[in-house]
Amino acid sequence: MRVLLHELAHCRAGDKGNTATLSVFPYDDADYPLLVRELTADRVRAHLASHVGGEVVRYELPNLVALHFVCHQVVDGGVTTSLALDTHGKTLSSRLLSLPLDLEDRR
Amino acid sequence: MSTPRTRIGSGAGFAGDRVEPAVDLLNRARLDDLVLECLAERTIALGQQRRLADPDTGYDPRLLDRFERLLPIATARGVRVVTNMGAANPIAAGAQTRRLLDRIGSPATVAAVTGDDVLASLDLDAPALEDGRPLRAHGEIVSANAYLGADAIWPALDAGADVVVTGRVADPSLFLAPLAHRLGWDLADPASAAAGTVVGHLLECAGQLTGGYFADPGYKDVPGLAELGFPFADVTGDGTARLGKLPDTGGLLSRATVREQLLYEITDPGAYHTPDVVLDLRQLAVTEQGRDAVLVTGAVGRPRPDRLKVSVGYRAGHRVEAEISYVGPNADRRAVLAGEVVAARLAGTGLAPRIEVHGAVPVAASQGAAIPVGWAEDAPVPECRLRVAALSHDRALVETVGHEVEALYTNGPAGGGGVRVRSGEVIGIVSTLIPRSSVRPAVTLMEAADARPTA
Repeated sequence: MRVLLHELAHCRAGDKGNTATLSVFPYDDADYPLLVRELTADRVRAHLASHVGGEVVRYELPNLVALHFVCHQVVDGGVTTSLALDTHGKTLSSRLLSLPLDLEDRR
Repeated sequence: MSTPRTRIGSGAGFAGDRVEPAVDLLNRARLDDLVLECLAERTIALGQQRRLADPDTGYDPRLLDRFERLLPIATARGVRVVTNMGAANPIAAGAQTRRLLDRIGSPATVAAVTGDDVLASLDLDAPALEDGRPLRAHGEIVSANAYLGADAIWPALDAGADVVVTGRVADPSLFLAPLAHRLGWDLADPASAAAGTVVGHLLECAGQLTGGYFADPGYKDVPGLAELGFPFADVTGDGTARLGKLPDTGGLLSRATVREQLLYEITDPGAYHTPDVVLDLRQLAVTEQGRDAVLVTGAVGRPRPDRLKVSVGYRAGHRVEAEISYVGPNADRRAVLAGEVVAARLAGTGLAPRIEVHGAVPVAASQGAAIPVGWAEDAPVPECRLRVAALSHDRALVETVGHEVEALYTNGPAGGGGVRVRSGEVIGIVSTLIPRSSVRPAVTLMEAADARPTA
């Protein structure tokens, strides 16, 4: 079964200069292990390849039931001098939620 | 006597924030303190520009509008107000606030916190954190402001200030200072500083904690978003924080909204550096306690960093953004052709414009109050918008980008419409670190019918 990440989780983007933070929270805490398994830093990096030029670091936060991605060198990043329409990179959160996941029968 | 407890509210999360929710908090929430965070990274550089043109300006242009609504209520109810609306000129902001209070007959004391402006002493050959290049290599430097901590605000609170106006202070510090002062915390104690910093971090964006920037219809529904209420926190001496919002306001305060805000802009959840503490968020517990009430405990802190971050503004040139729309059959190919035409006409100018086509999917639109849901399905007419953006120190050259997009009206593909051109100077921001000892915060008290400096 193929679903978009949007079906399983919500996401908030933040920005510090040309670094973007993307935190991902499963709607159902029980899906956290699935996200840990499927939503690797490499997958996020590949999905956002045209928007993130640098490293993507993933922090696992089981206590908060969250995965936190710190994306370096956001393309056209830097709120102040960017030529992009969304200079902050705030829409990256929704871009990440469009990532497709191929799931086996989950339950 | 029971353990001390105080209530702190968040009255603005950015310079353009709404005022009504702050008025509501003042009227109904029985606050001890209200904090207004209104200073984005480059806002202070823009303020510095205004101050250079007129020494009496440089503070938040909306300061008086906000304070005319808020201070009559705050002073009548004994709510202390802390804000960074002083921006590039806290002294002038304090003086304006003093005049306002005199006008309404309030004896409340104003304090201005300064010392964040380190432009005169900053080593411009120091490397920028972002790219390692010397600061001065980025362009003409126009501002340099250190992120002050709660300790810079403390003397103002000790002196009995009712309204505190600062320039650049780390956002959570605006909250930590009044919390620590009310609760008798020692700012040097990392556990207390961590607890107060978590509260400040959660509250600093105001409505973003209570369901603003959260709604996703059908997935994350937020009731009454149009009447979004702002949050407050009840904090006890042991650092426990109970987050809440007023009854009969819109919005949502839940484990989900709190967790989204908790990690917002955090580049290392185990080591979030502020001027007051190095904060570890990883062991926090976020627990719902009924409707629109969330308990937060478990912040861990390590001693504050030895160096302070400095935000440096430089002249980055002029930016232009120009757009034109193409609609209907073949709209995407006409928009792409238009982009190619503009690129060809700008070739050889030395500009490196960003040229992109947005849309291709029908867009909802309305003239009145309601946006017609389902309009897109009924009228599947594609809409594309060509956007051309460029940045250059050559202002005249930048203007040609707008001219070339506008010229598509009679020199481009069929059916283009709705040209909009915007241009303006851009202040870039880079950052660096400086020793804490090289920053000297100061407080200026402005008492009723008097204004005298203190140490």
